[in-house]
Amino acid sequence: MFNANEGNRVKIIKDGLEYRGIVMPSPKSKDTLVLKLASGYNIGIKIDEKTKIEIMGDEKFSISKPKRSLGERESEKTKRDLVKKSLPKVSIISTGGTIASRVDYRTGAVTSQFKAEDIMRAIPELSDIATYDSEIPFNILSENMSPKHWIKLARLTYDKIKKGSYGVIITHGTDTMGFTSSSLSFMLRTPVPVVLVGSQRSSDRPSSDSYVNAICAARVATSDISEVSVVMHGSTSDDFCLIHGGTKVRKMHTSRRDAFHSVNSSPLGRVIYPGLEIEEFQPHKRRGEEELRLYDKLEERCALIKFYPGADPNIIDFYVDDGYKGLVIEGTGLGHVSSEWIPQLKADIPIVITSQCIYGRVCDRVYGTGREMLKAGVIEGEDMLPETALTKLMWVLGQTDDLEEVRSLMQKNIVGEITRSSITS
Amino acid sequence: MLNYEELGFKAGLEVHQQLNTGGKLFCRCPTILRDEKEVRYTLRRYLRASESELGEIDRAAREEEKIDRKITYIGYDTTCLVENDEEPPRPLNEEALEISLVVASLLRMKVVDWVYVMRKTVIDGSNTAGFQRTAFVASDGVIESNMGDVGIDTLCLEEDAAQKLREDKGEVTYSLDRLGIPLIEMGTAAEIRSPMHGREIAEKLGMVLRSTGRVKRGIGTIRQDVNVSIRGGARVEIKGVQNLRSIEEVMEKEVLRQIELLKVRDELKNRGATAEREIFDLSDLLKSNSFAINLKGFNGFERLEKEFSDRVKKFGLEIYDLDKSDLARLKERMNIKEEDLVFLIEGEKKKVLNALNSVLDRAEAALKGIPEETRRALPDGTTEYLRPLPGSARMYPETDIEPVFIDPDRLKRILNNLPELIDERKKRYMEGYSLNEDLAGLIAKSEKFKLFEEIMEIYDLPATLVVRTLETTVQDLRRDRVKVDNLSKDHFISIFKNLAEGKIAKEGIPEILRFFAEDPDRYIDEVIERSGKMDLSGAEEIIEEIVQEKLDFIKERGKGSFSPLMGLVMRKLRGKVDGKVVGEILEKKISESVSQTDR
Repeated sequence: MFNANEGNRVKIIKDGLEYRGIVMPSPKSKDTLVLKLASGYNIGIKIDEKTKIEIMGDEKFSISKPKRSLGERESEKTKRDLVKKSLPKVSIISTGGTIASRVDYRTGAVTSQFKAEDIMRAIPELSDIATYDSEIPFNILSENMSPKHWIKLARLTYDKIKKGSYGVIITHGTDTMGFTSSSLSFMLRTPVPVVLVGSQRSSDRPSSDSYVNAICAARVATSDISEVSVVMHGSTSDDFCLIHGGTKVRKMHTSRRDAFHSVNSSPLGRVIYPGLEIEEFQPHKRRGEEELRLYDKLEERCALIKFYPGADPNIIDFYVDDGYKGLVIEGTGLGHVSSEWIPQLKADIPIVITSQCIYGRVCDRVYGTGREMLKAGVIEGEDMLPETALTKLMWVLGQTDDLEEVRSLMQKNIVGEITRSSITS
Repeated sequence: MLNYEELGFKAGLEVHQQLNTGGKLFCRCPTILRDEKEVRYTLRRYLRASESELGEIDRAAREEEKIDRKITYIGYDTTCLVENDEEPPRPLNEEALEISLVVASLLRMKVVDWVYVMRKTVIDGSNTAGFQRTAFVASDGVIESNMGDVGIDTLCLEEDAAQKLREDKGEVTYSLDRLGIPLIEMGTAAEIRSPMHGREIAEKLGMVLRSTGRVKRGIGTIRQDVNVSIRGGARVEIKGVQNLRSIEEVMEKEVLRQIELLKVRDELKNRGATAEREIFDLSDLLKSNSFAINLKGFNGFERLEKEFSDRVKKFGLEIYDLDKSDLARLKERMNIKEEDLVFLIEGEKKKVLNALNSVLDRAEAALKGIPEETRRALPDGTTEYLRPLPGSARMYPETDIEPVFIDPDRLKRILNNLPELIDERKKRYMEGYSLNEDLAGLIAKSEKFKLFEEIMEIYDLPATLVVRTLETTVQDLRRDRVKVDNLSKDHFISIFKNLAEGKIAKEGIPEILRFFAEDPDRYIDEVIERSGKMDLSGAEEIIEEIVQEKLDFIKERGKGSFSPLMGLVMRKLRGKVDGKVVGEILEKKISESVSQTDR
């Protein structure tokens, strides 16, 4: 309907009023044009037959690197920092979560930065902690992750450590970070820290938690805590980050900075900001204590089912008939489903029961239904998070298909996913 | 008086008005202010300018970022995760949008088809997110005034910032209650012709805003920024002008400042002054971490020295007072001449160097003329340096909020139902009710104007009495700390009903209002009872008593004793009986006494 394109500098005359500005990416409906005025404001103009559009020129939209206000010296300093010999070498693996990004104020476009040098420029404090190399295996939102991505990440992390990384940081979207951290925990035995980090407020805003999270993650990656962990804000303030064990962590809030909690276990420790001191809450694996190993087989055909009052037990038949090799059920309370489900629980595949209470340990020996479930063959998931029980089941089935061995492995602590006793926190 | 036209005076106003909506612009929290003592939680945060702001684009953000600050926020049970920057914003508040469309229509502005919410980068901490959300709603309007119409260039709907409570040692504390209250921001064209004109325009804009009946009132609910320049000078933005009278004063004083600074520039040129970027480290001669600059040819300009010291103050530093012996020691090292101005600062090295560089920037600008900058209005009408003018490119789209389509039918409906302007209402009251200008103005701008009209419709009472009761009397009572906020429409109507029926006297109104304020649930009959309504015989007794007491006085003054005695009687009766009736009784009694003594 109109001839102006994105990036055109235009003059629009409508109802006797003249608007000047740059044409912005506009909505799909053909009759509206989004204009960025000289003041920086965007407005939407409905274009009708009487509207006149005059193209005045073009504005280049490619996002160029901004000139440094402090001159060339600074970028030389950045380069120098990158090769600072005395600092340990840390690998950053970016999966699409934005650890650092830049806004183009003309277009409003937010670009994520993954190259080590770009990240360093956005968060200069990182260069006091380590030197970095970076890699981008894929660039996706965390809800689009799948076991295939977890395997790819495990292999890449393994390679980085093998090549001498002193620690690995994985930037990750927060939605499914707990799944990735627990699956990596099972697939990798690591002699160095492997830290997952993300942010709840996008890093294009000055208030983003990504800066503090990234700095604290770098601190943990160069520490002695040689486990797969998640490092995220521990409170709504910028005062410390918690270090969560990779199998015990869950996103417990949709939007707050301190959404990540350690469940049925205390966090491994915390990093105080801005001093970056580490306080340890729990014993952890020391640097070099574990030998580097990779168990990168996962049985992907496993499912997590949530039970609710009135839920139809045929859902189990559906999965079994479809060739699934294992199921995790998120039951009620101590780990229950309705007695109507008992016949289906007798299926030939392992069925692990966990609780939708999230907090606490399952126990199917207290009530009649539970005892019948046990008789039908379900495996109690102890105090594992339902998500962790799922990734563990995938991993266990990747290692063995012996049902008794599966049962025994599922109930045995391997990497901190099951605690011996339920602590009071 | 200055000839502003000759000076090439140009000025514009920016008005920020809080809206009296049920919820905030991007969440459902109430738009009320709280006492700091009611604190429920605190947050401590840091803000960081993202990369591109540190490029050439924005000098204001860059300068703010140089000052490393820890920010504390105070929250209440009336602030939520949106204010805390812990939850995405809710959709744009429809009520606020509606009010902004009404104001735009009153100013004959053109409304955009789609309203887009933007993020305007502000990293001083006043917004938890590091940006203020703002949306362009309308442009191209006009405000009429006696001294000349002025264009209204823009009307934006934005969220108010958090209120700064205190700042010390690089730590700043903000209160979250104000953050997110909807604001209308209006900018006039630079068509204001004189400071007096500026004041008139500000008054008119305030009147238009209040005419909607949906804006907040009271201290701090409307804030004005002033833009001033003269020929050869520079555009200077002055923030936070507190009231209308100050607008005039601030504009006048800014013109004087610019005139003087232009003179200073000419004199500096004559002297061949230079601002050499050499910073002397004097740690060996004086205290450690002492640094100085020598501004050659800059000595003797008081006005300019204040500008320099404002810059230093911004870094929380003080200029070291040089005595003669110090000067003698430095003279050779720094090559100081009679006409030179020396600045010596001592403190944390990074801060001192930043401050001295800022002074050098200002000195360089002084050689060219006047720098464009943002200044802060002070209570005495003068201003101090705040920061450079912000660049225009600090905005990017707020992707969490969908653009809003403004349906032309909605605009038509608003246009057909525009509220009456307070000025028009005042005129109508002067003509229709024969009120004088003051009283007509008082009730026209009052929230009780509808109640006034209703009362005038039902009861046959003098308009003056009704206005005085609704406005002056209530104000007097408020000053007496009576809880007048408890007074409702029904209270007033019941009073006027009884007044019209002659059941109470107008002198008794304050007393009845006082009772209602204390005990709002009472019926008027009880209140009249309790406030001790007196029958005429009781009144006659009291009058008789006073007349007997003052018999000598009456004999002496005859009928001239009426006025002093009337005052005495009314005080004693405390308005429980109509003054007119009391007057008649008293007059009768006086003439009786006079005639008795005559006999």
